[in-house]
Amino acid sequence: MSEMQSVVNTVDQARVDLQVISDFVTPGARVLDVGCGNGDLLARLEAEKNVDGRGVELSQKGVNEAVARGLSVIQGDADHDLATYPDDAFDFVILSQTLQATYAPKVVLEALLRIGKKTIVSFPNFGHWKVRGQFMLYGRMPITHDLPYHWYDTPNIHFCTVLDFRALVREVGAEIEQTVALYGDGRRLGGSSSWGYWNAFSKQAVFLLSKP
Amino acid sequence: MPGAKLGLIEEQARTEAQAPTSALAMFGPETPLRLDSGVSLAPFQIAYQTYGTLNADKTNAILVCHALTGDQHAASANPVTGKPGWWSMMVGPGRPIDTDRFFVICSNVLGGCMGTTGPATTDPNTGEVYGLELPVITIGDMVRAQAMLVDHLGVDVLLAVVGGSMGGMQVLQWAASYPERVLSAVPIATGPRHSAQNIAFHEVGRQAIMADPDWCGGKYIAQGTSPRKGLAVARMAAHITYLSEEALHNKFGRELQDRSALTFGFDADFQIESYLRYQGMTFVDRFDANSYLYMTRAMDYFDLAAQHGGTLANAFRNTKTRFCVVSFTSDWLFPTSENRTIVHALNAAAANVSFVEIETDRGHDAFLLDMPEMFATVRGFLNASARRRGL
Repeated sequence: MSEMQSVVNTVDQARVDLQVISDFVTPGARVLDVGCGNGDLLARLEAEKNVDGRGVELSQKGVNEAVARGLSVIQGDADHDLATYPDDAFDFVILSQTLQATYAPKVVLEALLRIGKKTIVSFPNFGHWKVRGQFMLYGRMPITHDLPYHWYDTPNIHFCTVLDFRALVREVGAEIEQTVALYGDGRRLGGSSSWGYWNAFSKQAVFLLSKP
Repeated sequence: MPGAKLGLIEEQARTEAQAPTSALAMFGPETPLRLDSGVSLAPFQIAYQTYGTLNADKTNAILVCHALTGDQHAASANPVTGKPGWWSMMVGPGRPIDTDRFFVICSNVLGGCMGTTGPATTDPNTGEVYGLELPVITIGDMVRAQAMLVDHLGVDVLLAVVGGSMGGMQVLQWAASYPERVLSAVPIATGPRHSAQNIAFHEVGRQAIMADPDWCGGKYIAQGTSPRKGLAVARMAAHITYLSEEALHNKFGRELQDRSALTFGFDADFQIESYLRYQGMTFVDRFDANSYLYMTRAMDYFDLAAQHGGTLANAFRNTKTRFCVVSFTSDWLFPTSENRTIVHALNAAAANVSFVEIETDRGHDAFLLDMPEMFATVRGFLNASARRRGL
């Protein structure tokens, strides 16, 4: 797994967001996966959904692996390499487990919304009760199984909670079409649950966004 | 008569320029080549090599474009030097450009000196060696000539066009000029235009050649001589730009050449001096000095954005071609930023593009060397292209 894909999770089981993302994507769509790692999701979308897929990935290893398996991936990152894409260039733009590692998440989100007709964002939820508990009990930056870094070596420089992200979506004027909150084992939290419940008990969340 | 007698390899090179051992495509007065300079060139000839077999549907052809001092012998022994083909690690049976599957075409560019019409060939209209009477050639001219060769070989659509450096410029020109004839393009270690710094280095080389008395105003072939010293200096200066500071340091450092102390003179005390002198001397045996002027000029004039109203993305508007751009971290002649300019323009044109930057200390020359990551990238990209083509 590439740097960008593995920043959050240490076990494959934790990439349970990929199934949710795949379910959101319609067959034959033009898709850009930003932070695509070695292209696992793109390969899956091309095989299952027959999409016209492109990727952007920061790590050289991830890009080389992805291109060597026949995927169209460029080396670059969300902060610098989205500006040149035209408006509505893609049906879906995906940012999976990468938002928290960008320098300017708001700018990145606005770029995603501009170049994609729909945008899918998944991220680890920093509002999870275990994170809160660690901070409250020990008064130190939380380190969990899924977020194993120290504060000084983490690539995750812009953590947010489910509620934080919802607020950002409102601020940039996008519409939330669907939200899926996930437990660590991939089970979905009930759709009727309140945002506050999701914010406390989901390990990660996947948002399907569209322009206003 | 000025200058020294020609060496055996030099004689061989001059023969090869006139009457190559490669296959030759002849284009007569009825099919003139309209050059960017406004002049029509006719008749002219293209020397080329092919590897592998063209399939019945003619869908498996790949064009390989050579760099400044390359030639058509990508995967065959060079008839002048006897050395293996310059890209024999990339092109061949089981190689990334697999000649068991693909039909590979590689031609000597227009203005070259390995049998395609160039300054060292005889102008059939006058019976004299062209020299500087040959019109200035551009990358666009080279590509138009190649397109005529591809027609001549009965191929309509190329599965891929692949090349590094000046070859990469030709790849970009192909994709811009003939988008419907290029399914996949692999420009390696190249740029959408030649930078001021690169033009500057080329000018140093040209001035070195033209300052050599044996250049004889470009008519050295008729004089039976060669501007060896000038061309060697040009090659030495250029060769530095193909390497990297790090690689030079690692390979040579300040090591002395066959001596234990400085000689307090101007002989080649340092290994790097000796190495560069050797590079210069071996180059002049095989390469025509005027051809070097034409090749460098063609690169200098290359500016794909300028051909398209100043916007590079316009060169690729609505293209269906798949691109795979490759750069090398230590290449300062065509740095990653230049290659990335191509990628961004392709993004802006919503083109299908892959881009790989490969970590190496080998500088610009890396594209000619054993680079497993480059090979894996090209292999994977071409395999995907072949799958889409139903091969």
